[in-house]
Amino acid sequence: MGDFGRFLVKRSLNMVIVLLSTLILTMALVGPTMDKILLDATRASVVEETNNSDINFQNTEERQNYIDQRIDLQIKAIGLDEPWYSPKRFTNTVLKVMVLDLGRSNYLTSESGSANVRDIILEKMPKTILLFTTSTLIITVIGLYLGAFAANRAGSFWDKINSASAVFSSSFPTWWVGMLMIFAFAFTYHIFPARATPLTAPSDPGYALDLLYHMMLPLITIVLVSFGSWAYIVRYFVVGILGEDYIIAKRAAGIPQKKILYSHALKNAAPPIITVVALSLASSFGGAITVEAVFGWPGMGSLYYEAIGFMDIPVIIGLTYVSTLIFIFTVFLTDILYAYFDPRVKIA
Amino acid sequence: MPVWVNMLGLNLPEHLIMTAKDADKTSLLEGGVRIESHSYNFNFNYDSYPSDFMIMYSARYGAIQPAVQIDVLRPDGNEFQIYFASLPPSQNESNEFSARIFSTDRLIADSLAGYSSLFTYRVDPTSPQAMIFSHTDENKVLKGTYVIRNTFYLFDPRDTVVDSGVILGGKVYGIIGTDDLRRDLAVGLLWGAPVALFIGLTVSGAAVSIGLIYGVVAGYKGNRTDEGLMRINDVFYSLPTLPLLVILSVTIGRSIFLITGFLVIFGWVGMAKISRSLALQIKSLQYIEAARLMGQSDTRIIFKHIIPQLLPLTFASIAIAVPGAILGEAALSFLGLGDPSIPTWGQILHDAHSAGAMSRGLWWWIVPPGMMIAITGLAFVLIGNALDSIVNVRARRM
Repeated sequence: MGDFGRFLVKRSLNMVIVLLSTLILTMALVGPTMDKILLDATRASVVEETNNSDINFQNTEERQNYIDQRIDLQIKAIGLDEPWYSPKRFTNTVLKVMVLDLGRSNYLTSESGSANVRDIILEKMPKTILLFTTSTLIITVIGLYLGAFAANRAGSFWDKINSASAVFSSSFPTWWVGMLMIFAFAFTYHIFPARATPLTAPSDPGYALDLLYHMMLPLITIVLVSFGSWAYIVRYFVVGILGEDYIIAKRAAGIPQKKILYSHALKNAAPPIITVVALSLASSFGGAITVEAVFGWPGMGSLYYEAIGFMDIPVIIGLTYVSTLIFIFTVFLTDILYAYFDPRVKIA
Repeated sequence: MPVWVNMLGLNLPEHLIMTAKDADKTSLLEGGVRIESHSYNFNFNYDSYPSDFMIMYSARYGAIQPAVQIDVLRPDGNEFQIYFASLPPSQNESNEFSARIFSTDRLIADSLAGYSSLFTYRVDPTSPQAMIFSHTDENKVLKGTYVIRNTFYLFDPRDTVVDSGVILGGKVYGIIGTDDLRRDLAVGLLWGAPVALFIGLTVSGAAVSIGLIYGVVAGYKGNRTDEGLMRINDVFYSLPTLPLLVILSVTIGRSIFLITGFLVIFGWVGMAKISRSLALQIKSLQYIEAARLMGQSDTRIIFKHIIPQLLPLTFASIAIAVPGAILGEAALSFLGLGDPSIPTWGQILHDAHSAGAMSRGLWWWIVPPGMMIAITGLAFVLIGNALDSIVNVRARRM
């Protein structure tokens, strides 16, 4: 396992580099805006404090001087007198993000009433993970079987249908299909609820079932749009492998075609397919924001949509950090899976 | 709703706009008072009432205020006087005043209330569009030719009626229909087309070219350069596109050119990987070695000998990358972060979503913009696939 260990270390290092560069990039983008928000907040709180205090001022000038002094003191205390890229503040921000201390939101609150960005995001995260893990699993299963099925009959009618549906679905915006699904299945035929937010309380025993029922429509939409291209990718690799000599040798040895297809060809096609998983996960994660926004699924995507609506900058920034974290972690995991399935990678 | 739904057996009133050109104008002098009347004739043969109507006029007058009267002549011979009022006093010698009388005007409801006795069933004068256009004995549309007559009483020879018009608010308009603010959706879709094509082609062209050069340089130079460049590529490869696009447009700006730039930043990664692996293959070919032995510079070899080999693939990649760019911009617009000064398909869908078009059943607002995105994307994917199968001989066999 020495090789695998070395590979793990190398990939982990890569992940840390990527994380850090994302962090720096995001900070460079939002640093000045963030500073301005903090400055405004301090100013407001100082004025508020002075208004509520018992100090009597002789005139407005004295009051203004007092307030200015207090503001300067506060700014020094928080460290706002230095720009965001000064070493002290930079390390501070990095440490804060690492413990997910993402500040306070301007308008939005979590369901328990907390204005802490971390609380808000952590409350929504499980829902996003639930929806997208489920859909990815379903797409993988359908894609693998359909792909292998089409590969086995390359050039047939079903194969052509499969390819055509892949091409079609890849140019549809998932969220638009979602809008059509809501229109069709929620308002024209009342089969599924239009808003994906369950109404029962989380403490209710029927909550899990209700959640699943509300999850159906977004799930169906995501699966419907994505499985075609998945099946196409699987087919592409499996067809390549079916033409290899060792498959022909197996066929000559009398091993049934089904066994060749599902246990030999699919297994050997796995490594490149996994790479594509990473890619499709990437795109589905980006799609998460819009799909959740359309369905009102109470996950991070809807939060994004609301935060953009209110221009709640701290929440938007926090969400970007967290989703980058999740995303990079997923890519890292698929890399390791790839290496596990394809031993050649470790040496390269 | 679009006009063509009437072909499906429905008979909904079309939106009717009549200007002064369509009016029969008469003018007569009676005891020093000039009476100008503009009559609008139109056929109303639909199964449902118009959604509303609007009467516009503008007049130029001096010290004495003219009066305006509006009558409706119905096909059954009844004549309703629905509006009579004097124009506001003029501020100076020659004052041009223009106004719009809506069907919801209280004066119309008041004057129509006087005709309620004509009807054998209960009518509601506050919805004049139904009362004016209905049978007197049942709540159904009275079909036939209607005349709306605007009469102006002018008390000074210098006073003139400048303009008048009637708008009958229908339920269908245009080939695609309108949104809830009565904007023609067809215009929005047409305006969206060049924007989408611009974004798609610029982004994919720029991103693929950058990726091509980047990848070829990395592959050709090899060693440390390759390692370093590919590490940077890995970083970009691991960035979540949409969240960062959101941050970029929130903090930097939303102009269409900026959005194009942002999309390029995330678009070049895939092409760089492909072109690097191909450059590695081409690099070991003998003619490259020959060129190097002849002492040609690296730049010259890259641009003269390697990149031309990859050009067919580049064109295929550009075509295939177009839908991604269009979808990216549409997603951004849908989230409400598009360029506010330019209508795009994504923004139309954003408006539809925030106006609750799905729950209100406004399918003509949702389907066409998405279809446009899908069709445009599909066209480029098909072009790209066709190019790809010409370029990529190995793939054609499979």
